[in-house]
Amino acid sequence: MTTTTPTPPAPTPPAPAPPRRGRALDSASSFLRRRPRLRLGLLLSAPMLWLGLAYLGALAALFATAFWHTDSFTGQVVREWTLENFRTLFTDEVYRTITLRTIGIAALVTLIDAVLAFPMAFVMAKFCSPRAQRILVIAVMTPLWASYLVKAYSWRVMLSGNGVIDWLLAPFGLDSPGYGLLATVLTLSYLWLPYMILPIYAGLERLPASLLDAAGDLGARPWRAFRSVVLPLTFPAIVAGSIFTFSLSLGDYISVRIVGGANQMLGNVVYDNIGAANNLPFAATVATVPVVIMLGYLAAVRRTGALDNL
Amino acid sequence: MTVSRTTRLVLFGALVLGLGVIYFPLLVVLLNSVNADTTFGWPPSELTLEWWRRAIGNEGARSALWTSVRAGLAATSIALVLGTMAAFALQRYRFFGRDSISLLIILPIALPGIVTGIALNNAFRTVLGIDLGLFTVVVAHATFCIVVVFNNVIARLRRLGGNFEEASMDLGANGLTTFRLVTFPMLRSALLAGGLLAFALSFDEIIVTTFTLGAGLETLPIWILNNLFRPNQAPVVNVVAAVLIVASTVPVYLAQRLSGDTASGGRL
Repeated sequence: MTTTTPTPPAPTPPAPAPPRRGRALDSASSFLRRRPRLRLGLLLSAPMLWLGLAYLGALAALFATAFWHTDSFTGQVVREWTLENFRTLFTDEVYRTITLRTIGIAALVTLIDAVLAFPMAFVMAKFCSPRAQRILVIAVMTPLWASYLVKAYSWRVMLSGNGVIDWLLAPFGLDSPGYGLLATVLTLSYLWLPYMILPIYAGLERLPASLLDAAGDLGARPWRAFRSVVLPLTFPAIVAGSIFTFSLSLGDYISVRIVGGANQMLGNVVYDNIGAANNLPFAATVATVPVVIMLGYLAAVRRTGALDNL
Repeated sequence: MTVSRTTRLVLFGALVLGLGVIYFPLLVVLLNSVNADTTFGWPPSELTLEWWRRAIGNEGARSALWTSVRAGLAATSIALVLGTMAAFALQRYRFFGRDSISLLIILPIALPGIVTGIALNNAFRTVLGIDLGLFTVVVAHATFCIVVVFNNVIARLRRLGGNFEEASMDLGANGLTTFRLVTFPMLRSALLAGGLLAFALSFDEIIVTTFTLGAGLETLPIWILNNLFRPNQAPVVNVVAAVLIVASTVPVYLAQRLSGDTASGGRL
C-alpha cells in the first residue's frame, strides 16, 4: 500500500438500517465486540483443537507407544510399559552406528549449506539493487517448491554411470561418486540449500550498511569486519536456517533410499519397522530420537533469537 | 565497507555458480523428458516427444494426479480457515502462552516429516480406529499447511495495522460489516498467495503422505516413488517429474505476484 491518506480501500457506507436477515448476526457481532477475550477464545478454538489436541495428542500417543512392545508371536502391540525398546536402541551396535551416522550427515549438510549460502546471501543483500534482490529471492525460492522427490530423483539420474556428472568430471579424469553416503550428503545439501539462503539473506538485509562502513572506517579489513561485525549479528539467522537443514536431514529416508545405495539413516529404520517388520513400538522409539534432538536444538537456540528469524 | 574488486567478483561468481547449481538438476529433468535414450545417457543424442505421449496415456499417473489435486484442494481449504483464525488471534491479542502457540504452529514443519507421519498414522489406526484413505491424507496435509497460510496472513496483518478497521467502526460499521468490507478485501491477496503455497506444499509432499494414504491410492509423488526403480518406466517417470516441476513453480510465481509478504519468509 503506497497511499499516505488513511482512506480505506473499500469505503464503508454508513448503513443506517441493517438488512433484516442479518440481525441475528449483527447482534452476535456487537455482543462479541464488547468481549475481546471471548473473541480471542473463539479465534483460537479451532486451530488449537486441531494442532493442540489432535496433533500434539498424536505425538503424545506415539511417545507412549514407544514404551510398549509387540508380541513376537502374534505381532500385536502389547500395552505394557517397558524400556526394552530403548535398551535395544542404545545397546545395539547397529542402531548406535545409524544414529551417529544420521547426526553426522545432518551436521555435515548444515555446515556445507551454511558455507555455500552465506556468500550468496551476502551478495544478494549487500551488492544488489532492490529490484535485483526481489528477483533473486524469487529465483532462490522457486526451486524450493519443486518436488523434493523430483530433485532427489534428478540427482539419481545425474549420478548414474553415464549421467551428467560423469560427463562433467570426465575432463578432469574423475568419475561420478556413484550412489552412497557422499551422494546422500550432496543430495541433501542441494535439497535444503535455499532453506539456508533465505533466512541468512533476511538477516543480512536487516543489518544496517552503516555498521559495515563504521567497521571499514575504523580500519577493519573485510575479513575482520566479517568476523567481528557481520557474523555475530547474523548468527541468529544462520541458526534459523540450520533448524531446517538439520531437522530435514535428520528425518530423511527417501533421499538415502534413492541415492544412498545400501546405507541406512534413522528414517529408514522407522520406515522398515512400520512396514516390513510391523513393529510400531520400536519405530516409535526410534522416531523419538530425532524429536528429542530437535527439541533440544530448538530449546538451545531459543535464546539466540533464531526463532524470530524463521 | 570497501571491498576490493577481486573480492566482489569472487562473491558474484559464487552467487551465479550457486544459482546454477540450484537450477541445473531441474533443467536436467526437463531435458531428459525429451531425451530419446531410455537410460538418460548424457548428452542426449536425440530428442523425442514419445515419453510425453506415453505419460499422458498412462492410467496410473492420471488417477494419481486426480488424487493429488483433490487432497491438495481439501487440505488447502482447511488450512486457509485455521491459519487465518490463528493469525488473527496471534496478531491482534497479547496473551499468556502466545509464543508457545506460534511454536506449535511451526512444529508440524519443524519436526522431521517422518515423525509427523507415523504419529498421525498411529493416531488414526490405533487410537481413533479410522481406516487410512484420502480423508487421513487431507487431515495430515492440512496440519502442516496451516503454517503457510498463517505466515502470509500474519505478515499482511502486521503490515496493515488496525487503523482501517477502527475507522470503519468509528463510521458505524459493526464487526461483521467491517470484516466483509474492509478486512477481507485487504487480506484477499494474502489469502490467495497463502492458499497457492499451501496447495503447492501439499501437492508434492511425500513423507507424511506415505504414512497416511490408504492402500490402493496414489498421489503423484507416491506414484513416482513406486515406479522409480522400474527401469522400463523411467522415461514416463521423468515426464511426470517434469510436470511436477512446472506445476509447483507456477503457483509460487503467482503467489509472488499476488503478495509481497511472501518474499521474505522462504517456504514458511
